[in-house]
Amino acid sequence: MKMEVKFYSGNVAAAEGAIAAGCRFFAGYPITPSSEIAEYMSRRLPQVGGIFVQMEDELASMAAILGASWGGLKTMTATSGPGFSLMQENIGLGAMTETPCVVVNVQRAGPSTGMPTLVGQGDVMQSRWGSHGDYELIALSPSSPQECFDLTIRAFNLAEEYRVPTMLLMDESTAHMYEKVVVPPADKIKVVERKRPRVAPEKYLPFKPARNMVPPMACAGEGYRVHVTGLTHDERGYPQTTDPEVQEKLVRRLCDKIRKNERKMRDMEILHMDDAELALISFGISARSSKAAVNRARKKGYKVALIRLKTIWPFPEEYFEKIADDIKNFLVVEINYGQLKYEVERNVGKGRVHHLPKFGGAVHTPEEIYAKIKEVYNGN
Amino acid sequence: MEIEAKHHPMDKYLRADRIPHIWCPGCGLGTALNCFLYALEELNIDPDNLAVVSGIGCTGRIAGYLNVDSYHTTHGRAIPFATGLKLAKPDMKVVVFSGDGDLFAIGGNHFIHAARRNMDMTVLCVNNYNYGMTGGQLAPTTPMEARTTTSPYGNLEHPFNLCHVAAASGAVYVARWTTLHVRRLKESIKEALNKKGFSFVEILSPCPTAYGRRNRSPTGLDMMKYYQEHSVIKHGIDPSEADIEIGGDIIVGKFVDIEKPTFNEMVKELIEKARK
Amino acid sequence: MRVEIKFGGYGGQGIILMGNITARAAVLYDNKNAIFTPSYGPEARGGAASSNVVISDDEIDYPYVTHPDILVVMSQGAYEKFAPLLKDGGKLIVDEDLVKLKNGEGDVAKVAATRIAEEMGKRIVANIVMLGFFTGVTKILSYEAIKKAVLAAVPERFRELNEEALERGYKKGIEWQKE
Repeated sequence: MKMEVKFYSGNVAAAEGAIAAGCRFFAGYPITPSSEIAEYMSRRLPQVGGIFVQMEDELASMAAILGASWGGLKTMTATSGPGFSLMQENIGLGAMTETPCVVVNVQRAGPSTGMPTLVGQGDVMQSRWGSHGDYELIALSPSSPQECFDLTIRAFNLAEEYRVPTMLLMDESTAHMYEKVVVPPADKIKVVERKRPRVAPEKYLPFKPARNMVPPMACAGEGYRVHVTGLTHDERGYPQTTDPEVQEKLVRRLCDKIRKNERKMRDMEILHMDDAELALISFGISARSSKAAVNRARKKGYKVALIRLKTIWPFPEEYFEKIADDIKNFLVVEINYGQLKYEVERNVGKGRVHHLPKFGGAVHTPEEIYAKIKEVYNGN
Repeated sequence: MEIEAKHHPMDKYLRADRIPHIWCPGCGLGTALNCFLYALEELNIDPDNLAVVSGIGCTGRIAGYLNVDSYHTTHGRAIPFATGLKLAKPDMKVVVFSGDGDLFAIGGNHFIHAARRNMDMTVLCVNNYNYGMTGGQLAPTTPMEARTTTSPYGNLEHPFNLCHVAAASGAVYVARWTTLHVRRLKESIKEALNKKGFSFVEILSPCPTAYGRRNRSPTGLDMMKYYQEHSVIKHGIDPSEADIEIGGDIIVGKFVDIEKPTFNEMVKELIEKARK
Repeated sequence: MRVEIKFGGYGGQGIILMGNITARAAVLYDNKNAIFTPSYGPEARGGAASSNVVISDDEIDYPYVTHPDILVVMSQGAYEKFAPLLKDGGKLIVDEDLVKLKNGEGDVAKVAATRIAEEMGKRIVANIVMLGFFTGVTKILSYEAIKKAVLAAVPERFRELNEEALERGYKKGIEWQKE
């Protein structure tokens, strides 16, 4: 078996990545610009013995992938802005019940119906805390069809390992562009499976944490007779709705299993950091324009770096704290009016974090980023 | 007076450590649950092969008392959660046990589409005409003119006839009983559990605390007497003729029992074809 | 080296497919990097169609075509809309029966792609004739690569027809080069 070279769109690459990661259940509802993922999965999943179902809405799609995950399958849905909003309640249920699953959000320009066929990156904050209450989850952002493939696999692996809904935060541009995708042979793809209980059912505490603060998961029909609830629950899984101590213990762990394992989830491309005075921070399609601009600026002698985040949540706070003193200025490039920017400011301090927004419907050109680099660099 | 009981004959299906339950005196949920447990017992259903999914509300708490794989999901979403579960575990019996508000207001869209698909599952709906857990608000099943905390002048909205909705949406088994009809209810649940496809049993159940007090039936006994006086068994009747009105007949019985291919069967066939 | 290519025409000519096949040929059969971006949104509606390809031996950062090195147009509308974007010294390729050139374009490569397709009895393959011509004129892709990509993109019963269309266009391209 050897590497295969494919020519995929980002949407198809994400679907193939899901299949390679072992996804065998997809529930979704049509929405531009993510529909190709559902279409592709409806054809592809039955060929590998998997199940595709088109649900009546995104609320149902999200609920169905949680149910199928408790049925022991690796599950995914794909959507865009308005659908992502409808999924939030059950993303919260997934976080609370520690249900592994992958949610693809192909971002388009919002708010509301916005520009359905055109790019946006305005769901950065929603993908972190779009559901109510305190929780943490994981969000990855690919910049190319190759990364749509690779990061979808990684999203499944992280979802399984940490028992958490994992977001693949794509954008319309990356979803619809076609590019080379190198697909490794199946036996060279690392695939992670959720930890199963090794104790007898009568000794099993379904929400008692083990390694990495993650409890082993018993699925339906395995004889463990687990009770799963979105109510605050103890390690037995039983509701405890009046005891703040149970609440603290549970919510602290749900957050800490992500926050304290951030290093293991960290994934970024770093370019030209050694002598940099200005660092660009970007992700998704914007990062490709940023890279072109940074390379051009370097040729002109500007000491500019690029930090391209592939894992957006959890945010690599520790890394930014470390570099905060070495870099004079930061420039965040994103297709929104300042979302990731706030997170960077929070970690390196206000005043030297600059922002080059786009409001959706268009991608930054390298020229405009280059102009902004010059402006920030020269202190104008 | 404290009631002492060492164990209940149905303990093997219950999480005894979760009892006492949260339901009010006079509530019909205990009876509904009891009928379900006896149905399981008489059908000899293996608890390890049964999953019960519920939404939010008083009925939604049933899942938490059952010693099976049980899932207490979000408000209205029990059916789509159960859809995913059943597709992933086609050999398990999957039951959705939830209330009228959960299944027909916030979750109404999921109900009609699961019935349309003929998803292989049994939906047991406890209909107490109101939102009990939140204090007795208007539900999509509240009869015309009935008083609730959000219809203090009497209900102005035409209620759903749940069996009619189920039949029109494509359910292959549709029945209605009250918690007075324990033997018939139990038999009906057994039939529903044995039915391939989307089966639906509506269980009319007293809610004296939140509903009865405001509608001249302040105790569970009052409501049971009302059922006794007004229930008329009419098997096979067109469910569109079984609307529920204050003071009118409560038509109960088995209304629909038909055959058609289930979604699960068709998915299985598709996969076999696609893999060749 | 980065080469930016834009195909333009009207809806129904197979303009999107031209971009797809070109980039696919570069990636799968010529071992290059390439990105194809179909136009979505208003540009893809209302008659005008375009598709964009970037080909490079190196990694491609910015994926979009801004000032094409090569502009292939099959309608007057596309010509008027996109010709001003052409890079200085860029190559303009036109269907000579469908595009009336203005002055000052310099070295334009012209072919009667649609007429050739009509002579073959299948107007629908005009885009493939044009792809053959484009390949012969620009030499960015090998003929083998574009042929494989075309054959992979069409149903089996139309393979012969498309192969002939491609070859006819390609020969015209080689002839143009010699002139």
